[in-house]
Amino acid sequence: MPFSKYRIGEDPDYVPIGRRLLLLNWTLVALITALSGIGFAMLYSAANGSLEPWAERQMMRFGIGAALMIIIAITDIRIWLKLAYLSYFVALVLLVGVEIKGDIGMGAQRWINLGFFQLQPSELMKISLVLALARYFHGLTVEETGRITLLLPPLLMVLAPAALVLRQPDLGTALLLVAGGGVIFWLAGVRMWKFGLILGSALAAIPIGWQFLRDYQKNRVLTFMNPENDPLGAGYHITQSKIALGSGGLFGKGFMLGSQSHLNFLPEKQTDFIFTMLGEEFGLVGGLALLMLYALVITYGYVIALRCRNQFGRMVAIGVTSTFFLYVFINIAMVMGLIPVVGVPLPLVSYGGTVMMTILVSFGLLMSVSIHRDIRISRQGNDDGRQ
Amino acid sequence: MWHRDSDRFRLFTRRALMLGAGKGLLLTGLAARMYYLQVLESDRYRTLADENRISHRLLPPPRGLITDRFGAQLAVNRQNYHIMIVREQTPDVRRTLEILNQIIDLGPGIIERVERDVAKRRSFVPVTVRDNLTWDEVARVGVNAPDLPGLIIDAGRSRDYPEGPHLAHTLGYVAAVSEKELNGDPLLELPGFTIGKSGIEKVYDLALRGKAGTSQVEVNALGRVIRELEREEGESGNTVVMTLDLELQRYANQRLSRQESASAVVMDIHNGEVLAMASHPAYDPNAFTTGISHRLWNSLVNNPYSPLSNKAVNGTYAPGSTFKMCVALAGLESGIISADQRFFCNGYLDLGNARFHCWKRGGHGWVNMHNSLKHSCDVYYYEISQKIGIDRIAAMANKLGLGTETGIDLPNERSGLIPTKDWKEIQLGKRWQGGETLIASIGQGYVLTTPLQLCTMTARIASGKAVKPHLTRDHVAPDGISSRQNEEFPDLQISRASLARVRDGMNGVSNELHGTGYRARIDIKGMELAGKSGTSQVRRITMRERQTTGVLDNDDLPWKYRDHALFVAFAPIENPRYACAVVVDHGGGGSSVAAPIVRDLLIKAQELQSARPGISAADLPASAQLRPKPPQSEEGEG
Repeated sequence: MPFSKYRIGEDPDYVPIGRRLLLLNWTLVALITALSGIGFAMLYSAANGSLEPWAERQMMRFGIGAALMIIIAITDIRIWLKLAYLSYFVALVLLVGVEIKGDIGMGAQRWINLGFFQLQPSELMKISLVLALARYFHGLTVEETGRITLLLPPLLMVLAPAALVLRQPDLGTALLLVAGGGVIFWLAGVRMWKFGLILGSALAAIPIGWQFLRDYQKNRVLTFMNPENDPLGAGYHITQSKIALGSGGLFGKGFMLGSQSHLNFLPEKQTDFIFTMLGEEFGLVGGLALLMLYALVITYGYVIALRCRNQFGRMVAIGVTSTFFLYVFINIAMVMGLIPVVGVPLPLVSYGGTVMMTILVSFGLLMSVSIHRDIRISRQGNDDGRQ
Repeated sequence: MWHRDSDRFRLFTRRALMLGAGKGLLLTGLAARMYYLQVLESDRYRTLADENRISHRLLPPPRGLITDRFGAQLAVNRQNYHIMIVREQTPDVRRTLEILNQIIDLGPGIIERVERDVAKRRSFVPVTVRDNLTWDEVARVGVNAPDLPGLIIDAGRSRDYPEGPHLAHTLGYVAAVSEKELNGDPLLELPGFTIGKSGIEKVYDLALRGKAGTSQVEVNALGRVIRELEREEGESGNTVVMTLDLELQRYANQRLSRQESASAVVMDIHNGEVLAMASHPAYDPNAFTTGISHRLWNSLVNNPYSPLSNKAVNGTYAPGSTFKMCVALAGLESGIISADQRFFCNGYLDLGNARFHCWKRGGHGWVNMHNSLKHSCDVYYYEISQKIGIDRIAAMANKLGLGTETGIDLPNERSGLIPTKDWKEIQLGKRWQGGETLIASIGQGYVLTTPLQLCTMTARIASGKAVKPHLTRDHVAPDGISSRQNEEFPDLQISRASLARVRDGMNGVSNELHGTGYRARIDIKGMELAGKSGTSQVRRITMRERQTTGVLDNDDLPWKYRDHALFVAFAPIENPRYACAVVVDHGGGGSSVAAPIVRDLLIKAQELQSARPGISAADLPASAQLRPKPPQSEEGEG
């Protein structure tokens, strides 16, 4: 590999801004916009044919988020590499901060009010964790990944925020953090038996962990096991969601004609259960179409990862895509009664500003990976190929 | 170092592809689940979704009308306006109610009650503020509507008896369903639904009730109605046409109203149609339809003249001398006594060591059957009853309709009592005494009858047929109405000659000078009545009283110890058509108190020609059938 051409003060991998915009994955942008558009339509329907109170605000958030996404996308990937640990550290401090503040404030406050925007440290952590872990494993060789001592720091990096988030309590986000972290471990080449070991001990810990769950969390799990036990209480959500989906049939009841959604039998139809409403109004055809869109976005993430020539970028790409996938899978599986109800929204479609931001920022990173795919970054991360 | 990187890349690619395949598998799983829910199980969930959103509501059917024999409305359904408040439509419930209170008087405590009810229910559920608004109040609320947000005026139906107390005892009344009456019929569980509680309303409740309609409405998760999907109107109840003649009924009530407590029955002797049935005092059945107050209820229950009871069928009285026709017929039919046979009355008859008095001190002298009835001689009946015995008398009494229920279509009819030797031995465990036959022969002692039974007895004597009284023109069954036409009552199996003799005696009572009912005769040609008086004691007259003060005059006794005054009669004498019985409780003498009432009722009945055919439910004009009408049509007069 010829790396002698390099001279100090000159970056051979520098890509001009205009070229970066040209390299931007406009197809991906179109897919994201399409998904968000479906979201706007469903929010319009959820409000019985009104832009108020959800659709309009969601559009504005998308506008701001999309701009942010493009700015992040055209920012040099090496800057993100350098900021990885810092952002993780900031996110962790903020998480501890809300934890303390929450304790003092006697409530489960999960955000910090920045005046114009309510920052949820747990959302920031979803991105920062991927960045930090990618950076960490970027610096390890295949042999080093096999050493347990070197696996402990990243393990801690995952478990610390997960534990904090679980205390809030936010089971869904904790799950996403652990699973997202696990994906990076997996990609780094950690041996399968180690995963087996962790999974095994996690299963063994379930009876102990059960005692630490809040009552409502226990209820959710119990209800999942047997929703008919409590059709009007905690099982109500899932039962009504299945009725809505099933009654939608092959082609659905038509836009704004879902009886379950519009007569309020379906709870949380604008947030966690928005997929149910889509399924009721557009049927199996509509649901599969949405699923195809998501699959396309995820495939796109894989293509970007595999075409990237630096380990950091590859890991960030798959990490971000996997988090996205987890959102989609957990939400849809949940509303169809395949897994217990955990508060995970349907990305880009559900109403909610913070999640929209998280997703768009992470797509910004994915696109940055794509634009800067040909930059090679040394394991130390500072320079290109020289040590 | 780069070769190491390419190692890393290969490993990464392998692992990424495995991960991707895993995700693909999971997404396929989601698609499969979607297929399962939305295609395979779709029908089940569609049904469940419909069960969620569609609510079936019962529409109470309009209750059938009740009319008199000529179609005059006796029980109708009236528009009943109530005012309701919906919490979510008013900014301040209390303020709105206070403004309303200035416009129409709500009465004390209502505002507090409504506030409590409103707080208990969902915000869109209307809560009744007041029932039974007058048209004037409806108008005033309507004018002030802009100041009264959240108030709605709703028109329901409630039972109305235009004649008020005139027909209280025969019509009965409707009232809210009680816990005990719930039988699983969801109609009965509708709030505000009423059913018949007494009288015709109770007996024919099912026929009058009709069939409920249903309305399918779409509701949301909170139960709020979004729209009506389908509506199936119910069928209103059958119209019941009564045999009563409203004019005659009103007259009977008016005629009885001068007495403290009395009852009267007028019937057609050929077909058993009851033309008037009155019991005084009465009550206003309208008080029950919307819920009677405690005070009113208590005053009705504690009234010594028992206004709630229909004394014509629920009151039992010793028939007194009106029973003598029975004894006379029993004697004639037994063959032991002939009408011309005479007995001597010296004012009393001794049996064993007991003395049985005639009402007339000094006696009637020689008396035959005609005169025994005309003068109501007691000793004559002591004599013949001794010869024929109690069981023959009882058999004749039963034949004439005494001792058993007449079967009239009213609830709780009393059977009265006609004693026999067996009856006494079984019921009282004692042997029948000879003196008891004597007492029974003048309608005293154990003998008890209802005014309706006495009227039926008279009708049977006049017609010779086993007439049974009834109150409806047609047969009414839960599933509909069928005609009574061509219904014939069987012959009584009493010889015409015997009946003629007894009728002749009754003629003597009323139309011959010195007859006990002569003063209450009808001297209009062709309308004459033939009757029999009765005065039944409710206390024992002791020997001491007879010897010292003499038999006390009724006026000197407290009301409840006075004699009952009875009179029965049929008219006209030629081709009889009407029978009438009047009992004035503790009224004194039958001929002086009861007979004039009978006379007036029989004159009125003949003047009105009550027995002219009248209508049948099938003949009623469609408008009277009370098909569900649009609510506007009934409130026009406002």
